[in-house]
Amino acid sequence: MRNLVILVLLSFQCTAQNQAAPDAGEKLFLAHCAVCHGPKGDGGKGTNLAQPRLPRAPDDEALARIITFGIPGTEMPLTRMTPQQLASVVAYVRSLGRVPGETLTGDAQRGAVLYRDKGNCPQCHAIHGRGGTLGPELTGIGARRNAAYLRESLTDPETSIPDSFSSYKKVTLIPDNFLQIRVVTEDGRRFTGARVNEDTFSIQIRETTGRIQSFLKEELRELHKDWGKSPMPSYRDVFSRTELEDVVAYLVSLRGDE
Amino acid sequence: MRVCAVVALLSVPLVAQVTSERIRNSDREAGNWLTYSGNYQGYRYSPLDQINTLNVARLKPVWMYQINDLNQFETTPLVVDGVLYISEPPSNATALDARTGRPLWAYRRTMQPDVHVCCGQVNRGLAISGDTLFLGTVDAHLVALDARTGHVRWDIVVADYKTGYSITVAPLVVKESVIVGISGGEYGIRGFLDAYDVETGKRNWRFWTVPGPGEPGHETWAGESWKTGSAATWVTGSYDPGLNLLYWGTGNPGPNYNGEPREGDNLYANSLLAIDPDTGKLRWHFQFTPHDLHDWDANHVPVLVDATVRGKARKLVAVANRNSFYYVLDRATGEFLLGKSYAQQTWAKELDDRGRPILLPGKSPSLEGAMVYPGLHGGTNWFSPSYSPQTDLFYVAAREEATSFYLGLPEYHAGSFFTAGGFRGIPGLEPSGAVRALELETGTKIWEFPLHSPPWTGLLSTAGGLVFGGTNEGHFFALDAKSGRPLWRFPTGGPLQANPISFLCDGRQLVATTAGHALLVFGE
Repeated sequence: MRNLVILVLLSFQCTAQNQAAPDAGEKLFLAHCAVCHGPKGDGGKGTNLAQPRLPRAPDDEALARIITFGIPGTEMPLTRMTPQQLASVVAYVRSLGRVPGETLTGDAQRGAVLYRDKGNCPQCHAIHGRGGTLGPELTGIGARRNAAYLRESLTDPETSIPDSFSSYKKVTLIPDNFLQIRVVTEDGRRFTGARVNEDTFSIQIRETTGRIQSFLKEELRELHKDWGKSPMPSYRDVFSRTELEDVVAYLVSLRGDE
Repeated sequence: MRVCAVVALLSVPLVAQVTSERIRNSDREAGNWLTYSGNYQGYRYSPLDQINTLNVARLKPVWMYQINDLNQFETTPLVVDGVLYISEPPSNATALDARTGRPLWAYRRTMQPDVHVCCGQVNRGLAISGDTLFLGTVDAHLVALDARTGHVRWDIVVADYKTGYSITVAPLVVKESVIVGISGGEYGIRGFLDAYDVETGKRNWRFWTVPGPGEPGHETWAGESWKTGSAATWVTGSYDPGLNLLYWGTGNPGPNYNGEPREGDNLYANSLLAIDPDTGKLRWHFQFTPHDLHDWDANHVPVLVDATVRGKARKLVAVANRNSFYYVLDRATGEFLLGKSYAQQTWAKELDDRGRPILLPGKSPSLEGAMVYPGLHGGTNWFSPSYSPQTDLFYVAAREEATSFYLGLPEYHAGSFFTAGGFRGIPGLEPSGAVRALELETGTKIWEFPLHSPPWTGLLSTAGGLVFGGTNEGHFFALDAKSGRPLWRFPTGGPLQANPISFLCDGRQLVATTAGHALLVFGE
């Protein structure tokens, strides 16, 4: 496998400089990338690519490697392309970073306070390892998601649940969503929580208290999977329009270890 | 080892001589595993019954052997008189003492840095003739090894790996020939099946799976498209000594997802071939998926069974195909007898009376993506089905997974990926799987055991009334072959992506599978 990486990168280097065609790159991008990264590449379910620096892809070689091999443990799949196609997609993705992004009207500092106090967001979300575990970690959320996506997540949480099931991952060891589970044990006890892991014979969930519960399926009377449900409340009526923009500005400012 | 060898000495010389005759009569030496599928008929069935429905719950690990490579470990071990012969990724071989798992010798091949393999530098196993083992390599060589020491007897070039050819298949020994298929269907190779003399490595014949100019079937390829037509042969076939016919499946046409440059049916891609093993001449063919656009390789182990169909005694070949249909053909003539879906499919209205699919609209790859069941990886894949003569059931590890298929540009560069498109999972549609038992003659589902995710592991049935299988999440399990009821499981901690076998050591039945990067052996 390591050998293959070298090969792909060598052939990429040979072709990147002189054969990259932005038009072809845009077409390929729309076919392969836009479904997650948005038609303009400014993010959605996938990372915002319309920025001058991509944290995981500091140079074109790294970007080519990510496209070719995906990012294990994330929703980013591998994509097989010819060296020419790869070079044109890389060139197109780089061109996205030269387009100015959305102008934010909110105040990130005010947003940070709202996030902590009025929103009580740390109860469920962690930043730099501090906070709850019920929802996604937000340390680098601003580098991965654009403002529109984050705004929608706050007002309509169930429209933006990570829901991709990865045929590209031959082996799914840990599910990549926060699927809500309800179970009833043989002796009538009820539990709810987010799925942490599952196999043919067992399922592990995290209760709202943070406690992990593990069940053998043969010992369950009922097992319900609430697809499309999120335990996150809508903040449409919690934050004013101005406050919402402040929180969005704060979230966009979270760039991880960039 | 010594105890095993002493037992074996009663009937065979110290250095086992595995003849084609012995493989033909493999049911008479159930303690060994002499060929990829256990017998020539592709059953992956063990006549051993020490481990059975009553005691399988007590099965426990006996030994483990770990490999030093991160590619998938897909080997089916051969077992000959107390020794396991395994291949390891990328293209290595090791002999292991069946009692302890201790290595007896190792063949390690230095791999070139520019080897192309679509889906990992893997190997699925060895073949044996006399005391010579045969190993196909990802740099597209065939190597003959001394089974006593692992020393090379000969090493020949099968094809030029630099143009995308590789070998991952376990070869098959038939009489004095070693039959070996080729991989590279994602690189626009021109596929073939080869036979080599077991003694010298001299090629006896080559059957091109994409016919050249003047050959029958050539007209099913537009223009020059036959030159990059693929139709790889990367899963071991079966053999009927009575009819003297070899049955071997072929893979997708190239480029995979864009059919525009290759108008026509694209013979013999996605087909089952019946070939005379002495001459390499094609006796008949059956194409499951004409002009395939979804990468539905027909690279499966064909299962050869004699049974009565519609009141008439027939020699049959049964295949659960990646396109989600189960097929029964007459293996003497190739006549289509039955086709029935065994997993969800949304691409064909039905099969006509000759087995040709009647297509549904809107299922071809497109720029926007077309969602189809089965997805790219199919209703099943390369891993083996199993047939139990005891239950007369055909067991298949089935996959329930849709994907969206995308169209790309068909640009060929020798040695580069040539798929002209891609695929994606479907948001909100969690894939799953099942072990399904089908009535052999009708394809009727008798039972199923649901799996959390679409499997990558084949099945083994045994005379102990069991079916062994595995999960991506790491469970090796045993089901009641009659009912599908789960009777035993062991969490191995690594994904199972191979095919189990069973054999005897010291008169004790053992069951082996790979999981993650280890070979695990279980006994009562």
